[in-house]
Amino acid sequence: MTVPISRKILFYILLMISALVIFAPVIMAFVMSFMDNKDIMTGSLPQTLSFDNYVKAFEKFPLLKYLFNSLVVALVITFGQLVLSSLAAYAFVFLEFKGRDFLFFLFIATMMVPFEASIIPNFHIIRDLGWIDKYLGLTVPFFAMAFGTFLLRQNYKQIPKELREASLIEGMGDFKFFLKVVLPVSKTSLVTLGAYGFLTSWNMYLWPLLSTTNDTVRTVQIGLKQLQNQEQLNDWGMIMAGAIIVIIPTLVLLFLGQKKLQKGLTEGAIK
Amino acid sequence: MSMSNPTLESLENEISEINFEQIKKKQRLKSFAKGMLFLLPSIVLFGAFLFYPLFKTIYLSFFLTNAQGETTVFVGLQNYIDMFASPVFQQSMKSTFLFVLYTVPTTVVIALFLAVLANEKLKGIGLFRTIFSSTMGISVAAASVFWLYMFHPSIGFLNKMLEIFGIDAIGWLTDPKWALLAVSATTIWMNLGFTFLILLGGLQSIDSYLYESADIDGASYFYKLRRITIPMLSPTLFFVITVTIINAFQTFGQIDILTQGGPQNTTNLIVYSIYREAFANYQFGTASAQSIVLFIIILVMTVLQFKLGERKVHYQ
Repeated sequence: MTVPISRKILFYILLMISALVIFAPVIMAFVMSFMDNKDIMTGSLPQTLSFDNYVKAFEKFPLLKYLFNSLVVALVITFGQLVLSSLAAYAFVFLEFKGRDFLFFLFIATMMVPFEASIIPNFHIIRDLGWIDKYLGLTVPFFAMAFGTFLLRQNYKQIPKELREASLIEGMGDFKFFLKVVLPVSKTSLVTLGAYGFLTSWNMYLWPLLSTTNDTVRTVQIGLKQLQNQEQLNDWGMIMAGAIIVIIPTLVLLFLGQKKLQKGLTEGAIK
Repeated sequence: MSMSNPTLESLENEISEINFEQIKKKQRLKSFAKGMLFLLPSIVLFGAFLFYPLFKTIYLSFFLTNAQGETTVFVGLQNYIDMFASPVFQQSMKSTFLFVLYTVPTTVVIALFLAVLANEKLKGIGLFRTIFSSTMGISVAAASVFWLYMFHPSIGFLNKMLEIFGIDAIGWLTDPKWALLAVSATTIWMNLGFTFLILLGGLQSIDSYLYESADIDGASYFYKLRRITIPMLSPTLFFVITVTIINAFQTFGQIDILTQGGPQNTTNLIVYSIYREAFANYQFGTASAQSIVLFIIILVMTVLQFKLGERKVHYQ
């Protein structure tokens, strides 16, 4: 199938315009993060470019601490989600027991309860457990995940049943089979789910806002809000420097895993 | 002998049957225990942080509470009656539904346009796909900060553009006429990445054979778009629409950074309203009643998605 040249050109023009429009806010923020505040206020083109804003952001705010906290929180949540989802998916595919269908229905039902609607008791639970300003409070409530379980379940279903039968003849127990066969086979799905989990936990906003009251475990998203809040002087260069730092890890992750994410999310979503 | 033989046999049969039953029962118990072992972590956490809080929210919605969130006076349905009579809540519901109306169709249409563009087999298309999906990797806090600058009354990009064309500056985030639209624009931009990615996946899974046979028949580009692409994409489209609606009802971060619910409560969307009622006014009872409204809306949307989604997929 050949595409006529004129249509090719038209497509390229449309693609470039769209890309420019969509990426414009990021490009502007990126340029501003290197600009002098005077240039930003007068709206002139950058006269000088420097890393001053980045240095200032790290000096005035415990950004490094926030970044570290976000990394810990995102990694712990991702790990927790992978462990719980893969275990649950295994039970739904390879184990047969009474009440399985009911439990599966229960997992589906969890998707109908938005976290925002149950945030008040959740906050009180975390407070009563003494988990405010603790990593535990920021991570544990998000370990169980219906979406992840369904995604992995789809993947496990493609593992031939003969494989399990053969392993049974060899006397391999369920847990060993899970570790030695199922997990390695589903590596791609695990990576996809992990990337997705990391992305969403790194970007969490409402819960970290509620469950942190000081800098000890505060994540970088809330740090950015503070950076923006406390800067009444409109130090836009510094605020943008902070914002750019916040989005770099997830953008890199997205650029690396875009194809896999797209495939994984579509599979989990549609089938 | 000939008399006793059958009875002995039946007795033997009975014994083996009992044993068999017992073993089966034991086996069943064992497999149940094993299944539970694999599922227990998820079940415990769902119970503690999802099901229990949900029922607690329902419970709280019938009470007045103190600042610690402990129940003080049972008021029955009074919280709900007050809530629906409150002009602030009415405004919040109105804004929420308007917000859904502003964001969902626009997001899906733009994302579909981008996905159709990016589905062409052209050189360097990967780069465009990456750029189009990039907003998925941008957190709500960062996105809001970017747009806070765009909307800035004096130095913001949008008002600078208006200035060039000699149009008066607009108070994007402070004018009640504009604030909800401004927040909607930010949200559309933020959601484009995810929506685009899912729609592109849907487009790529359409059998190329369909296009080839249409090409043989000499079908035009727009004919193929209308008769093959859109119908084949309908399950994905449907999924994307419901997810975007659900997300829109759960909007919080951009409100918190851009407008804090103002001006004149025009951007006080439901989750922000719950947050303010609970954690600024300490009215956990009314906040819980509002949470139940949110829960019911999401419930209906999800059930709709399952029911209709199933039918559409079978249809395909």
